[in-house]
Amino acid sequence: MYKTEVRGRLIEGDKSFSQISREITAPINDKTPLWWYAAFLVSLGMFGFGLYAKYITVTTGIGSWGVNNTIAWGWAIINFVWWIGIGHAGTAFSIFLLILRQKWRTAINRAAEAMTVVAVMCAGLFPLLHMGRPWLFFYIFPYPNTRGPLWVNFNSPLFWDFVAISAYLLISASFWYFGMVPDFATIRDTTKSKIKKAVYGFFSFGWTGASKEWLRYEGLSFVLGGIAAVLVVSVHSIVATDFAVGVEPGWHTTIFPPYFVVGAIFSGFAMVLTLVVLMRVLYKLNDFVTDSHIDAVCRILIFISLIMGTAYMTEIFMAWYSGSEYEMYTFFHNRIFGEYAFQFWAMFISNAIVPQLFWFKKVRKKVWVVFIISIIINIGMWFERFNIVITSLSKDYLPANWATYSPTWVEIGFFIGTLGMFMAGVLLFFRFIPIIAISEIKSVAKYNKPRKDHLKHAGHE
Amino acid sequence: MVKYWRSLDELKDPAAFKKNELKLEVDTQRALFKKESGSSRRDFLKTFGFSIAAAAVVASCKKPIDKAIPYLIKPEEVTPGMADYYASTYFDANEYCSVLVKVRDGRPIKIEGNNLSSISQQGTTARVQASVLNLYDDARFKTPLKDGQASSWEEVDAEITQKLAELRNENRKVVLLTSTIISPSTKKIIANFLEIYPNAGWLQYDAVSASGMLKANQVSFGQAFIPDYRFERAKVIVSFGADFLGTWLSPVEYTKGYTAGRRVLEASDEMSRHYQFETGMSVTGSNADVRFPVKPSEEAAIVADLYNGLLSAKGRATVSSKKSSVDLSGLVEDLMENEGKSLVISNSSDANVQIIINAINHLLGNYGSTILLEKTLNTRQGMDEEFESFLSDLHSGNVSGVLCWGVNPVYNHPRGEEIKTALSNIPLSLSFADRKDETTAACKFVCPEPHYLESWNDAEPKTGVYSLAQPAIQKLFDSRQPQESLAKWSGEETPDYYDFLKSNWEREMFVQQGDVANTQMFWNDALQKGVFEPHKNAASGLSYTQNGLENALSSVKPASSGWEIAFYENTGMVNGNFANNPWLQELPDPIAKISWDNFAAVPVKWAEENGVANESVITVNGVELPVFVQPGQAPDTISVALGYGRQIAGKVGDGVGKNMFAQTVIEDGIKKYRLAGAEVVVTDKTYELALSQTHHSMEGRPVVRETTYDEWKMDPSAGNEKHEEAEEHSVSLYPEPEFKGHHWGMAVDLSSCTGCGNCAISCQAENNIQVIGKQQVRNRRIMHWIRVDRYFSNDAENPEVYHQPVMCQHCDNAPCENVCPVSATPHSEEGLNQMAYNRCVGTKYCVNNCPYRVRRFNWFQYVNNGEFDFNSNSELGRMVLNPDVTVRSRGVVEKCSFCVQRIQEKKAQAKVDGRPIEDGEIQPACVQSCPGNALVFGDLNNPESKISKLFKNERNYHLLEELHTLPSVGYLTKVRNKKA
Repeated sequence: MYKTEVRGRLIEGDKSFSQISREITAPINDKTPLWWYAAFLVSLGMFGFGLYAKYITVTTGIGSWGVNNTIAWGWAIINFVWWIGIGHAGTAFSIFLLILRQKWRTAINRAAEAMTVVAVMCAGLFPLLHMGRPWLFFYIFPYPNTRGPLWVNFNSPLFWDFVAISAYLLISASFWYFGMVPDFATIRDTTKSKIKKAVYGFFSFGWTGASKEWLRYEGLSFVLGGIAAVLVVSVHSIVATDFAVGVEPGWHTTIFPPYFVVGAIFSGFAMVLTLVVLMRVLYKLNDFVTDSHIDAVCRILIFISLIMGTAYMTEIFMAWYSGSEYEMYTFFHNRIFGEYAFQFWAMFISNAIVPQLFWFKKVRKKVWVVFIISIIINIGMWFERFNIVITSLSKDYLPANWATYSPTWVEIGFFIGTLGMFMAGVLLFFRFIPIIAISEIKSVAKYNKPRKDHLKHAGHE
Repeated sequence: MVKYWRSLDELKDPAAFKKNELKLEVDTQRALFKKESGSSRRDFLKTFGFSIAAAAVVASCKKPIDKAIPYLIKPEEVTPGMADYYASTYFDANEYCSVLVKVRDGRPIKIEGNNLSSISQQGTTARVQASVLNLYDDARFKTPLKDGQASSWEEVDAEITQKLAELRNENRKVVLLTSTIISPSTKKIIANFLEIYPNAGWLQYDAVSASGMLKANQVSFGQAFIPDYRFERAKVIVSFGADFLGTWLSPVEYTKGYTAGRRVLEASDEMSRHYQFETGMSVTGSNADVRFPVKPSEEAAIVADLYNGLLSAKGRATVSSKKSSVDLSGLVEDLMENEGKSLVISNSSDANVQIIINAINHLLGNYGSTILLEKTLNTRQGMDEEFESFLSDLHSGNVSGVLCWGVNPVYNHPRGEEIKTALSNIPLSLSFADRKDETTAACKFVCPEPHYLESWNDAEPKTGVYSLAQPAIQKLFDSRQPQESLAKWSGEETPDYYDFLKSNWEREMFVQQGDVANTQMFWNDALQKGVFEPHKNAASGLSYTQNGLENALSSVKPASSGWEIAFYENTGMVNGNFANNPWLQELPDPIAKISWDNFAAVPVKWAEENGVANESVITVNGVELPVFVQPGQAPDTISVALGYGRQIAGKVGDGVGKNMFAQTVIEDGIKKYRLAGAEVVVTDKTYELALSQTHHSMEGRPVVRETTYDEWKMDPSAGNEKHEEAEEHSVSLYPEPEFKGHHWGMAVDLSSCTGCGNCAISCQAENNIQVIGKQQVRNRRIMHWIRVDRYFSNDAENPEVYHQPVMCQHCDNAPCENVCPVSATPHSEEGLNQMAYNRCVGTKYCVNNCPYRVRRFNWFQYVNNGEFDFNSNSELGRMVLNPDVTVRSRGVVEKCSFCVQRIQEKKAQAKVDGRPIEDGEIQPACVQSCPGNALVFGDLNNPESKISKLFKNERNYHLLEELHTLPSVGYLTKVRNKKA
């Protein structure tokens, strides 16, 4: 087995290449378990509820939400940023660990990338449907038109947003998809079902495994990876400018782009952890996703959590240091001690304090504790976005405009719908796509055992 | 190096061989797999391409087109796209206003103030502005009715004439019950009718009358009249409960005078001092320099004390001992310093209080200087006592016929139910009402009158001040002016009120002037101007006597203990006549900022002690009322607005709020708007109120900057120190925007703004702003483009109040503009922040990024939507729309445009005339009719313009100027004339 001094074994259980292929494609080839159907039904139910909420939104108008003339952005934008943040991790995970030559990523990156694509699709729904007239969304494209010199506003962060997110989605999806082509071919070649053969055959683009193809495949991976590495940083920086360019107290701050990128990676890694733990338990992939994998993610989370804490403290310090009464009011009277204190402290404790438990090896070792903390971080990151979007808007410059906000069932339904969509997406991924990149994990599985070992084994049997 | 080769071909041309070999391999494999999976990259691209194309085809559907039909024969005076203005007269709910009616393509769409009137002086109130919408009210009667069924004029005329004749023959009493009538011509018609029917009597009944004052003046002067108050001449104004800036007698005129006497722009300007004694916080009280929250029952004692205080200050013997606990020494001092330049008024319905007020004014020498007797105000002539005796007649069966005109006693009298029963039992009950109301519903016949914009009429609001009303549209429905109905029933075959009116004017008014010799020219001139004010210097012949004073003083009782309820008219609903007008229902109360309800305003301290908050429910004498905790409410008192709780008003007004007229009491034949010894119970219930502002403190921010008159005199920039600071710190990397042609701007004088809300409704009418209903107002989605922010400061028991109109600030460095992804809100070359509705996709980013929060999002489809069943949900109601302004669709952002349509119109006109635009020529809707002249609009690039001068005034500052948004709106500091 391939060993590193720090990580220990990357794959447990002495597996041959064909055994790896067989085990990883098992969920695709084996009979689908009952829990999968149950879970899929639930997620479809949630998705359906979300569809209904979207139907109401589109037919009745944004008025069906709880937003108002003071707080014009509500759950939709919170959830958008939240999903984008989660959608950050997959690509970040693959790219950064690739750059850092962290071989252990191979067991997780496929799942992380899948998560990215689904999460970004979930995220994209919000800015689209929070528009007053979503059917005219194409006005945001800089396309030649017959309306005279009417062009998009290149100064608007929302336009940057649109460009960044669509580019990111395109690149992440391509990166993920092209990474799967060899695996699809593997399934095509091994499956006994004719339908599967046809479908996977279609998606495998006629992959033959020829050395030329591998060469091009690697080349493509590098190019896409190179582009994606830039986008990973740019996409959330640009989401941050949606706020940083604004004049609102609590928004207008230069710390936002790095703060958002780190926050996104934080929430993304937490979501990766959530997913991977589930994956491990549900499909018994303990051999591929070992304790040391989980340990590694936990350690990264400690580090990012410290950055988050620093960012929060910096924001608060700057609010005071700026001497701006509006900033101070937003931070001290509205967030820390004010009407939105619960949301502020929920954010602070979940993101800056709770992950510090990962300093303890015992915590890192207990998978269910890790799972719970990963969920807490996800919730904490949601509250961070709530803090940014709602508290700044609710009590800004003119006290006469101060208002409160609470979501309606339509907004909540919309969010539940995206959760359902995410769950369904992940379940479909579990069911129809190799959860672990077979071709990549084989690169860390050094299967060159001495023959006698093999014979000894055989002899036992 | 050894060269290996596999075949002769390879040996000959190794490169070509290798290429061939690879191609062969790939081809074989591709063929192999294509067979196997049945698809290739090409298939994928084909499928992809097809789906995109299909989606594109499906998505490109065409919208239906509505066609407009042009005139076949164009009326001479109508030019499509050009508005005509007709001078007319508004008189409703005892309020007079001279107006110009804007008519576009045959439809009256907007009311403007008439600058030729000496009374309203181009000002209007919110009610006047909203009256145009009443024309297009679905609740109006389309035909005459008999027993609630549609009928025809022939039928009802025949039956009514027969009934009237019968009653005359039997000599049974018929009463013509009207609200105050100020039309000289109508009075003649009534006189004629009374002559023909000797059994008939005429009675004027006002929902909220001036009985107390009329009675008092009968005693003091020997004539029941309302004098002519000149607020602009007063240096000290003392008001006991009179909301003269909101609803009292002639609010537009008084606001004009009041603000004129308090405008401080140049060093020589002087400012009057305003004392207000009142129970709840009124618009007037919120503008006072010194305000005393007092119990209603204590008012008489304070008035008596003031009289005594003045007597002793003058070195004369006092009449009675001190009765109230209020310290009046400062007030007495001020009044003594300004003898003959002060004004003391009261809204009391108690004649004794008014008699003492008269005595005070006489003592101070105010008659002849600030209170003129030559011209009397005629807008409230109803005497409560007369109505009470009519009621007892009605009750005892002595009245057999009632003709109701402009009155609704079933609703606005505490014995409304009895009146209703009586009306349905008498032989002849008739109403001239033009729309549904409670009294009309009880009448057998309905002979609907046309709306005032469809009618001819005249008015004499003040003695010797005449005014004409002319129709601005053909009658929409089968209605007939009551004057014609009365004439018809008096025996005239084809009555024509227009002819009657014209000949009456030729007879009566023509002779009062000498400028025009031709009657037709005189008529045309008067009709064009809308007003006719002959210069007459007739002495009044009225002189003050001390009659009744002793008696009045001795009747003054000390304040009672326990709860007291005060009923008041608020600026939107007044007496409830306009309950079916959605604009007025949605106009936030100037103080509480609540629309769509009346509420119990309770004192802050009591609320805190009893755990009562906004939206709690209390019962007052068994009537459940939602609570608004009102800073400045006098202890142990509750104020509730009249004019709500209409039951039969129409789809908008039905069941909005609670009817407080039912809770008023009749004492000694006088309707009292104060209720002592009420039982107040706190309940566990809650009731949702539509507040459009929920935070009431400025949090120490320099939002409204203020100073006092004394400080201002020493330093005109007092209170505005931050302005200089902001100017100093104003640094930018970018060049300041330059405007080569015009640069429009607006100045708001916070000292002149009374907070009345006229601008909001004027803007609503001009800019097709939609009504959204109670729930959406509560959701903080009100659409008004100009809102009046209201703040409180200092003592919650008796706070200082600030009114700040906020509209789009048209920032030259606008935060909203750069964040719009589709460039739907660009900056014009004239400094306007524009909205391109059809470009807006509704991201709402601009709404968030506007620090003034003046942008309004169309959360729903408000037009043609059953969920929003207001004027825009009916063909008739939509006739009020201004064709110059787009009706915004769902999902777009809108906001104040500085009435860009008016700017463009005047620019085009100036261009056609070949002249530069004059300063003051362009007036946005809010500016045009502001009764306080608080708003000034103009070109900042013109150094001679009024606005440029105001922007240079030391009092000028910009809202949130520290953000460097460079607003085109300036605010002038609020100045109060506090007593040092």
